[in-house]
Amino acid sequence: MNKRDSGLRLWLRFTIALFVTVLFAFPVYWLVAISFKSPEEVYAYPPVWFPQQFNFSSYLTLFRDGDVWAVWNSLVTAGISTVLAMLVGTLAAYSIVRFRTGGDHLSIWIISQRMIPPICVAFPIFLLYVSWNLVDTYVGLIMLYTAFNIPYVTWMMRGYIQDIPIELEQSAMIDGLTRWQVLRKVVMPMARGGLFATAVFTFIFAWNDFIFALILSKSEVVTYTVKVTGYFGSQSTFWSKISAMSVLGVLPMFVVVATMQKFIVRGVSMGAVKG
Amino acid sequence: MLKTLLDNDRTFRYLLVAPAVFFILLIGLYPFIKLIIASFQNISLFDDIRSFQGLLNYERLLFDDRLWHSIVRTLLFTAVALPIELVLGYLLAVLFLEKIPFKAALISIILLPTIISPIVAGATWRLMLDQRFGPVNQIISWLAGTDVKLLWTVSASLVWPAILIAEVWQWTPFMFLLLYAALSNVDREQLEAAQIDGASWWMTFRRIVLPAIMPVMFIAVLIRALDLFRVFDLVWTMTQGGPGTATETLSIYAYQMAFREFEISYSAAIAFLVIFLLTVVVVAALRRVEVSR
Repeated sequence: MNKRDSGLRLWLRFTIALFVTVLFAFPVYWLVAISFKSPEEVYAYPPVWFPQQFNFSSYLTLFRDGDVWAVWNSLVTAGISTVLAMLVGTLAAYSIVRFRTGGDHLSIWIISQRMIPPICVAFPIFLLYVSWNLVDTYVGLIMLYTAFNIPYVTWMMRGYIQDIPIELEQSAMIDGLTRWQVLRKVVMPMARGGLFATAVFTFIFAWNDFIFALILSKSEVVTYTVKVTGYFGSQSTFWSKISAMSVLGVLPMFVVVATMQKFIVRGVSMGAVKG
Repeated sequence: MLKTLLDNDRTFRYLLVAPAVFFILLIGLYPFIKLIIASFQNISLFDDIRSFQGLLNYERLLFDDRLWHSIVRTLLFTAVALPIELVLGYLLAVLFLEKIPFKAALISIILLPTIISPIVAGATWRLMLDQRFGPVNQIISWLAGTDVKLLWTVSASLVWPAILIAEVWQWTPFMFLLLYAALSNVDREQLEAAQIDGASWWMTFRRIVLPAIMPVMFIAVLIRALDLFRVFDLVWTMTQGGPGTATETLSIYAYQMAFREFEISYSAAIAFLVIFLLTVVVVAALRRVEVSR
């Protein structure tokens, strides 16, 4: 806050900030580094800090054994459920904001669904899925992720839709647009930023899920989180497989977050302020 | 036909919420009702008896030491991890409010751990803390000058610190991001006026900064507290609740009961207890927000 920032203090701050950054980044580096190490380097003692060359054998093994399907499964289930949850949740949010549908009760009931720990309802859902033959299917996981993300989407989109001036919608209706057209041509474009931010988090929640995937998948629709934990054996642990699969599982996240960074920072802070 | 239906406000508004309500009823409410019924029954996977046995399962809860230990463990873990994340996140936010070269780049790197799934975070820290091939023991050895081989994820006295490190590493950036956003909105002029008036650091913090960041901080703490209370993924990857039951959290215990020991009715009673406790806490917390507004 000093008007004249002396160069020394600037550098001191930069040094501390850099040190902290390295501290947080190093484990990620280590994970990536191991995935590119040769088998000898992975089990070298003392540990090899910088792999001598990029060794793709860990990844090749995953591709050869077909383990990468797990990443594809995560992509399909998280992707489709995000689209569904966004659609269903946004419509509900619009109705709650503009028509006060269900008063406060409906919105509170919807958000309270989010609070329930997954493990608590896991077994009843498992039984339900067994009787419906939905265990180990795409449809099963997609339905579950959709249902669990709808409360979040509704809650977040409620805040964004509240910010859209109602006059805009009114004048559009005077111009002869139907309710449905107003929703598509006025509300959706106005809430674009909010839609992106919410979609990113919805995707992350589904992508990172472990409990449901663990319980509801056997051999067909195994997601990458289940696959990673599967490599931890009691006899031997496959470090190179674990690290390579983890990197494949983290990569899409980095891409999503890097391209959506602008929306995310705003989304997080706004969602928090609005509660 | 569809057009006139959509143009009708009353139909329209209910049509919009219908899919959301349907999904939640299907996968939210149904299991919940099933849970309550099962908790009064006597179901296990090995026999077909489904007799009602009243409150027997709930009575068993009261005398289940393993359950209460897991609850205490979970609460302790929350009570230790949350303040650490909050304070570290705040300090980072204060640091990054100042002018720093390459600020944006550094912030996005610091946020990396939060994006990663808890499963991968757990796997990463198992790699980091591996007794022989992990860099952490290597660094400690350098500092100590002798070969140190700490059994981070195996030895009973080190598992909790190991999990705590991973947890703090993953979620401090989340706190940092929220508090950074909140602190950026604090009125600068007010702060400068307070400085001119000679207010102490503590006074400025308590009277100006804290009230301004309180709403965000409250939500951040609530979100993290709920997450910590049901922590499963991270602990599962790092220790699976072991050694023995040393790191068995509430969620892990519930999982073991339902999917390893197939005590279906009893695990339903546990689940119901957890949902009940959470509802009480969250309702109380949210009421406090309402009051403070």
